[in-house]
Amino acid sequence: MLRVTDLHAFYGRAHILHGVSLEANAGEVVALLGRNGAGKTTAMKAIMGLVPPARGEVAFAGARIDRLPPYRIARMGLGYVPEERRIFTELSVMENLEVGRQAARRGAPTWNADRLFKLFPNLGRMRERPGGRMSGGEQQMLTIARTLMGNPKCVLLDEPSEGLAPIIVHEMAESIRTLKGEGLSVLLCEQNLRFCEAIADRAYIIEKGQIRFGGTMADLAANASLREQYLSV
Amino acid sequence: MSYASFVIQLLNGLAAASSLFLVSAGLSLIFGVTRIVNFAHGSLYMLGLYGAYSLIEALGRTPLGFWSAVILAALAVGLVGVVIEVVVLRRIYRAPELFQLLATFAIVLVIKDVALAVWGSEDLVGPRAPGLAFPVEILGRRIPAYDLLLIVIGPVVLAAMWLLLARTRWGALVRAATQDREMVGALGVDQARLFTSVFFVGAVLAGLGGALQIPREPANLDLDLSVIADAFVVTVVGGLGSLGGAFLAAVLIGVAKAFCIGFGFSKLTLVVEFVIMGLVLVMRPYGLLGKPPATARFGEPAPPLQPPRRWPVVAWLVAFAVVPLLGDRYITVLMTDIACFALFAVSLHFIMGPAGMVSFGHAAYFGLGAYAGALLFKKAGLPMELALVLAPFVAGLFAVVYGWFCVRLSGVYLAMLTLAFAQISWSVVFQWDELTAGSNGLVGVWPSMWLSGKPAYYYMTLALCGLGIALLWRALFSPFGYVLRAGRDSPLRAEAIGIDLRAFQWAAFVLAGTLAGLAGAVFAFSKGSISPSSVSIAQSTDGLVMVLLGGVETLTGPVVGAAIFTWLRDTLARETEFWRAALGVVILLIVIVFPQGLVGGLKALYARWRPA
Repeated sequence: MLRVTDLHAFYGRAHILHGVSLEANAGEVVALLGRNGAGKTTAMKAIMGLVPPARGEVAFAGARIDRLPPYRIARMGLGYVPEERRIFTELSVMENLEVGRQAARRGAPTWNADRLFKLFPNLGRMRERPGGRMSGGEQQMLTIARTLMGNPKCVLLDEPSEGLAPIIVHEMAESIRTLKGEGLSVLLCEQNLRFCEAIADRAYIIEKGQIRFGGTMADLAANASLREQYLSV
Repeated sequence: MSYASFVIQLLNGLAAASSLFLVSAGLSLIFGVTRIVNFAHGSLYMLGLYGAYSLIEALGRTPLGFWSAVILAALAVGLVGVVIEVVVLRRIYRAPELFQLLATFAIVLVIKDVALAVWGSEDLVGPRAPGLAFPVEILGRRIPAYDLLLIVIGPVVLAAMWLLLARTRWGALVRAATQDREMVGALGVDQARLFTSVFFVGAVLAGLGGALQIPREPANLDLDLSVIADAFVVTVVGGLGSLGGAFLAAVLIGVAKAFCIGFGFSKLTLVVEFVIMGLVLVMRPYGLLGKPPATARFGEPAPPLQPPRRWPVVAWLVAFAVVPLLGDRYITVLMTDIACFALFAVSLHFIMGPAGMVSFGHAAYFGLGAYAGALLFKKAGLPMELALVLAPFVAGLFAVVYGWFCVRLSGVYLAMLTLAFAQISWSVVFQWDELTAGSNGLVGVWPSMWLSGKPAYYYMTLALCGLGIALLWRALFSPFGYVLRAGRDSPLRAEAIGIDLRAFQWAAFVLAGTLAGLAGAVFAFSKGSISPSSVSIAQSTDGLVMVLLGGVETLTGPVVGAAIFTWLRDTLARETEFWRAALGVVILLIVIVFPQGLVGGLKALYARWRPA
């Protein structure tokens, strides 16, 4: 579904990604784990075309996307949920969803507002509320719902559990499992290992812009020194 | 004032407000989504007016012909907006914001000359609206029926725009892009098409505003800058991005102007809107209904400034010094102009580059310095030398007053307020016949005998302007300059370490104003005369073009920009009647090829080739 090969990216003059390679297969939930500043968010932005990749390849659903503008990538069915959420604060919940809407897509679950309100019942109770007057957890749900309105085949989720209360994190994990059940592929960035253990099939560990580990969640669970070296704070 | 005349003036004001609202709404819409301050918006209004004139001639002076012409003119102007967006602006959305401003200046120049070529320089008086030319009697006074219709059109368009923005997908996309256009792109929306459509709608509004004025106002070539100044004021008073605010402000200003005319203070009309703007901005820095900008997303931070190396500067000075030895009088005069404008541009760069305060009205200090020199010499009878030395301080005093207000704002609001003060200064100079001889200007402002030769005056100019530039550059690399740059890059952090940022910005404003005044005074004595155009918006925009052309992120850019601009304008003006368009096209080419300005672009080229 998504294959990244030897990806390099810069922020200004700072070389952030040093040859990242990873893969997410259809219907899989893959976690990209790493500490603050390891390059997780940059990897997501580079895949999405928001940071132009300097070198390397990104292929999605069988086509190269590493030279395309973000809107073309989004229209091919790759959804992006940013870490800062970036809700349109002046727009209501319904309008936020409208901005994300795209036509139905073959090979991807089709969403509409009513289906999304089943997935995130809180949102359904505040359809006309402006995005700026929602709690952090509600905003996080709205930003995922907004991306799903584009009927993606695969979504990039940047730290969905960040800053959420434990009970909401739990709900979030449940929602992501539902998405997987719908056949969606997910690549998510996380620092929260336990959250990933609850939902991911496989994981990569990134540090200083390079992939240090790739394997199943079971492999990672069995390797304490790996977790110690790259993930513990 | 009788009740009847009060009502009539109120209706007059409301009729004028409609067009003002339309053009401002378009400006505000475009700014909100694309972050481009479209200086060419007044030009689009002007095209609407001219277009309606021609179309009515073609379609006939019947109600059907009139209204078809108005609508077709507005749509045609919309297409012009699309062309501007697709051909020019789309290529430079990633360039620094100020560079986009430069591009829209260039478009102003091109449109002005296109209008000159198509419609000539005479004012064109359109017909009265067929079928609506009859007067309606209200409280015993007569008011044209057409004006009453205009009063209705404003709120109707406001309602239509509101529905469009609040109830359609397009509206949701526009409002979303106003906040975070990158995110809108990541959700699969083609920004290029969205921007083009926004430009179309914004341009249609401007064109409609112009076309609707055809029965009330003759089409003329000065409308572009006067309308854009009005539209800026309305947008800023109402609050950027607020349609309701723009309507409120248009009504406030339209009515205030009408009362000025109606009660015999017609001289005040040029000033009153700017006074309103000054008052509103000081009390409500984001306008009547505006909000503080949600997320200010700037481009990449400006690179650190490099102090000029000694030897190139010496080489340049030597090159400048030998110019009069060539014996060509024309070149000596041209170089005198260039030296004056170089100081003018460097002083503008000082506040807009390192200090981060963009001024749309820097000509105020240049022009007031020029007038101060001329008046001290002619009216106060001071020796020319003394007048020349004192004049910059007069300009500096104005900068003290204007700057006190301006440094309280930032960004576009600050720029607009500087424009307001410049326009107030201009209209006082323009109208105070007894002191300034009004539009004729002052003549006989000649230097003393020992400076009367062109080479002698040139050397003095070179010395004074060179010292002025050296002083400004020196200041940039003193702690004072560091504070200004720190304040530009992170105002909160600067204040958090105990810097009284406003005081420093105020001082920078005064220093820049004083030296612009010096440039103006030197310029006045070099020409022997001075006219209100030295205080005009056009002079301010010339300064901006010089700085942006050279590159706002470099130190020497403004000098190079001033030299090239002055030389180009002079050369083109001698070659063709349509020098503005030629200049505009040259600027557009430079903008598209060198998005960091000439000096910045050449430096980037050099940096790219050096390692190879």
